[in-house]
Amino acid sequence: MMNVAIVDTGVANISSVKFALERLSINPLITNNTDLIKKSDRVILPGVGSAPHAMRRLKSEGIDTVLKMLKQPVMGICLGMQILYEYLEEGGSSIEGLGLLKGKVKLLNTKQNPSPHMGWNKLNFSKKDCLLNGVKNGSYVYFVHSYAADLSNFTLAKTNYGNDFSSIVKKNNIYGCQFHPERSSSVGANILKNFLELKT
Amino acid sequence: MLAKRIIPCLDVRNGRVVKGVQFKNHEDVGDIVELASRYAEEGADELVFYDIGASVGNKSISPQWISRVSRCIDIPFCVAGGIDSIESACERLEAGADKISINSPALLRPNLINELSAAFGNQCIVVGIDTFQEGNKYRVKSFTGDPKKTKETGRITKEWVQEVISRGAGEVVLNCMNKDGVKNGYDIDQLNDIRQICSVPLIASGGAGTIQHFIDVFNITNVDGALAASVFHKSLININYLKSELKESKIEVRL
Repeated sequence: MMNVAIVDTGVANISSVKFALERLSINPLITNNTDLIKKSDRVILPGVGSAPHAMRRLKSEGIDTVLKMLKQPVMGICLGMQILYEYLEEGGSSIEGLGLLKGKVKLLNTKQNPSPHMGWNKLNFSKKDCLLNGVKNGSYVYFVHSYAADLSNFTLAKTNYGNDFSSIVKKNNIYGCQFHPERSSSVGANILKNFLELKT
Repeated sequence: MLAKRIIPCLDVRNGRVVKGVQFKNHEDVGDIVELASRYAEEGADELVFYDIGASVGNKSISPQWISRVSRCIDIPFCVAGGIDSIESACERLEAGADKISINSPALLRPNLINELSAAFGNQCIVVGIDTFQEGNKYRVKSFTGDPKKTKETGRITKEWVQEVISRGAGEVVLNCMNKDGVKNGYDIDQLNDIRQICSVPLIASGGAGTIQHFIDVFNITNVDGALAASVFHKSLININYLKSELKESKIEVRL
């Protein structure tokens, strides 16, 4: 059976991610043990809440260093995707992320729309990737966030809310989803399944 | 484009889903997980669980049913009732709730909104507001789960909406009490009025009886979502059919 580690970032959507994997017949481990993370076939970095809190936690446990060394597929979800970047804007100041992806996560300019960006919005594909196998371009997934990453070479899918932003990113073994696949019905389950089935 | 959300609301009392008319005379309508799964399959975009006995009975929601629901469904859900501290909020989020909604405890101690927002981020803090029309004024009531304990707070609805947003609410659910359960349409005028001052997502609640009511609330008021209970519990409106009708009316929905 495949070993999946959910990094215990001390934030709130960990059990939703765990349940979503259980629905795919995977029994994931929620852990901040660096050895177990290194040995896992897949690593998921979940996240809801505050970026400084999550980064402090990763640093104090030495997980930040381990995450940078991993060769197996890694997926950051929501805040977990944002902390893959070099910098994150948070309440006017800037904090340092893991730096696995170049760039800065900024407050999403929603223009005349309400903020946070909350609800179901469309994935518009920018590139082909195994992560999107069986997923239709234009599928709806569930978002809830105020900050976002600009479009870049890493963008696999973009979404528009006032402005375009990166909703799925990829660099080598590192994936990021700004939405919540664990709460995005069959589309989300399809993406998680593809992540588990990636060839390594 | 962001889709308009259809949100079945499940009032929970003693672990069962119940429904009353104008917040009174509750009848049993089914098991929580059974109904939640049915709605998720029918195409609901989100679910809200109101533990209507929690605030008035001064007891917290059992996180056990929260994790039962979270295990089974793959759409987001929000829980409300009896959340009055960081600890009680944390328990529910850890059990698998995506958002928490507060109402009466925020009226008793408005700083609770600031505390929760700072701890978990405003994206998971919803403030529910029970608004009641008297003459030409809309005012806020609290403890509406039990008619005997319901209180007038003296607050003007519009002012309270502005205050909760400035304190860190990430979404507002406006329960228009005069409309609740009577199925003659959402309170279009009031929702329009509140929309103008509400910079966070706004959810309409109270009054849904027909598909046309949903079409109207989205076409006329620009709310982000519409919440309803009895029309779904009693299978008067099928969510899938409702959403296809909304699409026919050029309203953006997830099908």
